[in-house]
Amino acid sequence: MTQVSITVDGTKYTDDVEPRTLLVQHLRQAIGKTGTLVGCDTTNCGACTVHLDGVSVKSCTVLAVQADGHEVLTVEGLADGGELHPVQRAFHESHALQCGYCTPGMIMQSIALLQENPNPTEDEIRNGLEGNLCRCTGYQNIVKAVQQAAGSVAAGTGAAE
Amino acid sequence: MTTTEARPSTPEKEVGKARTRKEDQRLITGRSRYTDSISLTGMLHLAMVRSPFAHARITGIDVGAAKAADGVIAVLTGADLADTQGSLPNAWPIVPEQKAPAHPSIAVDTVNFAGEVVAAVVARTPQAARDAAELVDVDYDELAPVLDLAEAATDATVIHPDLGTNVSAHFVFDSAQAGTGGDVDAAIEQTRADGGVVVERTLRQNRLIPAFMEPRSWVCDPTGDQIVLYAATQIPHVLRVLLALTLGISESKLRIIAPDVGGGFGGKLQVNPEEVITLLAATRLGKPVKYTETRSESMVAAHHGRDQIQKLTMSATRDGKITGFKVQLLADMGAYLAVLGGGVPALGAFMFNAIYKIPAYQFDLTTVFTNKTWTDAYRGAGRPEATFGVERMLDELAAELAMEPLELRQLNWIKHEEFPFTTVSGLQYDSGNYEAATAKAKELFGYDELRAEQQRRRESGDPVQLGIGISTFTEMCGLAPSRILGALAYAAGGWEAASIRMLPTGKVEVVTGSTPHGQGHETAWSQIVADQLGVPFEDIEVLHGDTQIAPKGMDTYGSRSLVVGGQAVINAAQKVIEKAKPLAAHLLEASADDLEFAGGKFTVKGTDTSISMPELAFAAFAAHNLPDGMEPSLDSEATFDPVTFSFPHGTHLAAMEVDTETGMVKLRKYVCVDDIGNVVNPLIAEGQVHGGLAQGIAQAMFEDAVFDEQGTLVSGSFVDYLVPSAADLPHFDTAMTTTPSTTNTLGVKGVGEAGTIASTPAIVNGAIDAVRHLGVADLPMPLSPWAVWRALQGATPASGSAAAAGTGLGGNDPGGTESARMGAGGVADGRDSASDKTEGDRA
Ligand code: FES
Ligand code: FES
Repeated sequence: MTQVSITVDGTKYTDDVEPRTLLVQHLRQAIGKTGTLVGCDTTNCGACTVHLDGVSVKSCTVLAVQADGHEVLTVEGLADGGELHPVQRAFHESHALQCGYCTPGMIMQSIALLQENPNPTEDEIRNGLEGNLCRCTGYQNIVKAVQQAAGSVAAGTGAAE
Repeated sequence: MTTTEARPSTPEKEVGKARTRKEDQRLITGRSRYTDSISLTGMLHLAMVRSPFAHARITGIDVGAAKAADGVIAVLTGADLADTQGSLPNAWPIVPEQKAPAHPSIAVDTVNFAGEVVAAVVARTPQAARDAAELVDVDYDELAPVLDLAEAATDATVIHPDLGTNVSAHFVFDSAQAGTGGDVDAAIEQTRADGGVVVERTLRQNRLIPAFMEPRSWVCDPTGDQIVLYAATQIPHVLRVLLALTLGISESKLRIIAPDVGGGFGGKLQVNPEEVITLLAATRLGKPVKYTETRSESMVAAHHGRDQIQKLTMSATRDGKITGFKVQLLADMGAYLAVLGGGVPALGAFMFNAIYKIPAYQFDLTTVFTNKTWTDAYRGAGRPEATFGVERMLDELAAELAMEPLELRQLNWIKHEEFPFTTVSGLQYDSGNYEAATAKAKELFGYDELRAEQQRRRESGDPVQLGIGISTFTEMCGLAPSRILGALAYAAGGWEAASIRMLPTGKVEVVTGSTPHGQGHETAWSQIVADQLGVPFEDIEVLHGDTQIAPKGMDTYGSRSLVVGGQAVINAAQKVIEKAKPLAAHLLEASADDLEFAGGKFTVKGTDTSISMPELAFAAFAAHNLPDGMEPSLDSEATFDPVTFSFPHGTHLAAMEVDTETGMVKLRKYVCVDDIGNVVNPLIAEGQVHGGLAQGIAQAMFEDAVFDEQGTLVSGSFVDYLVPSAADLPHFDTAMTTTPSTTNTLGVKGVGEAGTIASTPAIVNGAIDAVRHLGVADLPMPLSPWAVWRALQGATPASGSAAAAGTGLGGNDPGGTESARMGAGGVADGRDSASDKTEGDRA
C-alpha cells in the first residue's frame, strides 16, 4: 500500500492504495466520485476522461499513485454552485446525450478541446472527440453542443479550475 | 370555484414541442446512478472464469488455489450450481419442433463457445476476485468447433449431440398457403417463360455486437426474505418473470430495479448467465454481491446480433414489375438459443416485402447452432436484415433491367392513395406516403446534380468514383399486438401498462411499464400527460424501472414505447378524467352532462364556473365531500394492447465515394426523410434518428464480429471492433414527412430503430453504385478498404467503361458473384480477418 494525496474537485483526499490501482478505480471506489464512468479496458472509449492539472486524461490509464500531489477535476466538480458549466448547459440544450454514459467523459473532453481551440471547426471538433465513443447520439448533437459552447468556454472556464 | 394557480385558459400544447430533457440534469452533473455505482454494506464481488475454447469437454476443475487466495469467500462451479441454476429461458419457440439445448448459466460438462462461464469467484474486492479467477485451473478436452454457418447447417459435426442436429428450427411463410398471394416458384417460372428477368443473389449479414457503452452489471441484495436485483437491463419486468420461472423463486419475492441504464439497443434484452450467477451467489452467501463485466467480457459474452446468409430470388417483367420474391435464410443462433434469439430472424417474414406490391412471396428460415456467442435482438431485430436484403435486391434488379433504381422502386411501391394496404405477408399498413418522402429526400440531397457528377466522374475515369445509395424502407414498430405474438408462438403478450397517481398537492406521478435506457421517456411522457390532464409539464414525475414502483410492464424494445406505452399513459389519463368528472359535478352542483374538460379544468358549459384538476385531487384526498359511493382517489391504471403494428417509413440517400486505387470508401453526404407519424418531441425524435443512423452505417462500413478458426472472437475489444467515433461519421441531413398512424390516438409510429434499419443498404448500394460499371457486382460488409480493393482487383469492367450513371450495367452475372454463393466459400470470402479491418478508418 502506498499513501496518495489527491485533490479532487477542490477537496484533498488522502488514502492508502495498492500501487496497481487505476485513478478511475480510486475515484469511483475510494473517493465515491461515481460520476466518472468506465466503458472499456483498452483506453478506447473515453468514458473515464477527467482533467489532471487542467489537462484531459483517460483516468483508466493513469495510476492513482501518478496522481499523488496533483489536482483532478471530474464532471462532478464542474458546476459552480447551482450554475452549470457552459458545456454542461450546451449538452442539455442541444440534446447531446441519451443514456448519458459517455456524457461525463464527453463533457470533460469537450472542455479540454475548447480550452485549446476556442473556435473549432466541425472537423476539428470531430477529430478532437475521436477518443470518446458514444453509442447513442451519432455525435451530431454532441458536435452541435460543442459549437454552441464555443466562445463561452473561452470567456469563463469551470470554476474549479 | 376558481383555479388555485393562474394559468392561461388554453395552455400551449406540449406534444410537438422540442422540450429539452428532464433526464439530463443528473447525467450531465455526474449524479447518475448506474448499477456499477451502487455499493452496499458488506457487498462482495464476483469475477467469472471463462472458457478459452469454443468447444470442449470439461474434464476437471481445481479451485483449491483460488479458494485459498486472499479475500476469496467462495468459488462456484457448474457442479455446485447444477441443482439450482436451471436452464436459461427460450421464450420464442417459433415452431413446435424447434430444438433448444439446455443452457446452464455455469457450464457443467461442456463448453460451446469461447467466453462461456465455467466458474465464478466471490471475493471481498473486485480486484481480489479477478486475481483469484486466474488461479482456477480447468482441464479441457478440446472438441472440433463448428463455426461456419453454412457448414453447421449440413450437420457434419453436431454441437449438441442430444439434439441430433445443428438446425434449431425451420420456419416458412408462404403467400400461397397463407392466401395472401400467389405461389412464388410458379411465379418465378412463369416470369422466366415470359422472357422476364430473375435475379438471384446471396448476401451476407455480418455479425454485430450491440456495444452499449455501459458494460453489463448486476448487484443482488438478498435482504431477508426478499431478493432485490439491480440490473443493467432493458427488461426488468420480463426479467422478473423469467428469473422466477428459471430458478423456481416466488415472483413476489423478487424485485428488479433497473437504475440508470447506459444504453441497450436490444443487447440488454436478455436473461443472462451472469445475472443468474450473481443472484445465486448472493442468496447462497446471504450477502449483497456485485458483478460488473469488463468490456472484453461484454464483447464475447453479451449477445450478438444479425449474422445471416440470405439467398434471395426476385423475378420481374422486363418493364420492371416485380412478380415474385423468394427468401431463403440461414440465421446463426450461436451456441444456445437466447431469450428471443430463436424468433428474431422470423420477424423478417413480414418485412422482406417492404413497401412493394409483390404478388407472390415466400420466406424460408433455418436457424442454426454454431460454436459462437449467442445471438438475439440488436437494434431493429430481424427487420434490418430484411430491409437490407430487399433494398439490395431492388438495386440489383435495377442494374439488371438498366433502370433508374428510384424509378424501379416507384413502379412497385404502394401508392399513397392505396392505404390502408394489405401486403403479401398479410399485414395491413395503415398509412404512408412514399412519394412525398422520396421527393423531399431527392431535393435535400441534390439527387439530379449528384447523378450528373457521377456521370462526369465515370466519363473522366476519376480514380475516386461516386455512387448513390438508396433505401426506401419501412419497418413494423410498436411490438406488439398480443394476438399476433401468440400466433407466432412468442411466450408473452405485447401490451403495455401505465398508471397515474394524482397527488393531493396537485403534482402528478406517472408510472410506466416501458423502462427507458436513454430514450427520454420522462420528458415525452410528461408532455403527453400535461396535455391530457392540463397540468404543467414541470409538475409531472415519471416513474419506471423498479418492479415495486412500476409493477406491470413489458419494457422497452422494438420501437414500442411511445406507440404502445404512450397510448397506455393516455388511457390512464382518460380514466383519471372519467373518475374526476362526477366529483367535479358534485362540487360544482351541476350535472355531469353539462361539464366539459379542457385545459386542466371542468367547466360548466356556457359559464365560467370551473374546478381544476389539482382542486379535485385535493378534494378526493380529503374525502370530506365526495359523491355517494365514490372511492377517495382519482388514481387510475390502464393497459394498451395494439391491434396491429405501426409502419414508419422513409427515403434514405447516401453519396458514397470509392477510391478505386486504395479501396477507401467515404460517406460524403447522407440525407434521410422519415415519416414516423406525429412527433411528440422533435428534439428526441431527431436524436433517435441520428443514433440509429450511426449504428446502421457502422454495420455497413466498420463493424464485424470476427472469429478465428479456433472460434476465438478476434474483434473482442474496442481496438478491433470498430464502433465509429465522431471523426468517422458525417453530418446527417434529416427531415420528416408526416402521415399520422391510425393505430393509436397519438398518431405516432415509432422511431427508435428507423435509422438503423434504413441506412445499411443505402451505404452498400451507394458503394456498389460507385464501382458497378467497373465490374463489381457485390461488396461485403463491412466495406473495409481491403475488401473493396480486393473486389476491384477481381472485377472485369463491363463493356463500355463509361456506362450510364444510375443504370449500373455491370451486374451481368445473374447467378450472383462467385464470392457470394451460398456456402462456405461465400462466407469465407465475405469476411475479413480483424487485422485487415483495423487498417480502417479509426486509428
Ligand atoms: S474506460 Fe477509460 S478509455 Fe474506456
Ligand atoms: S449518450 Fe449513450 S453512449 Fe453517449
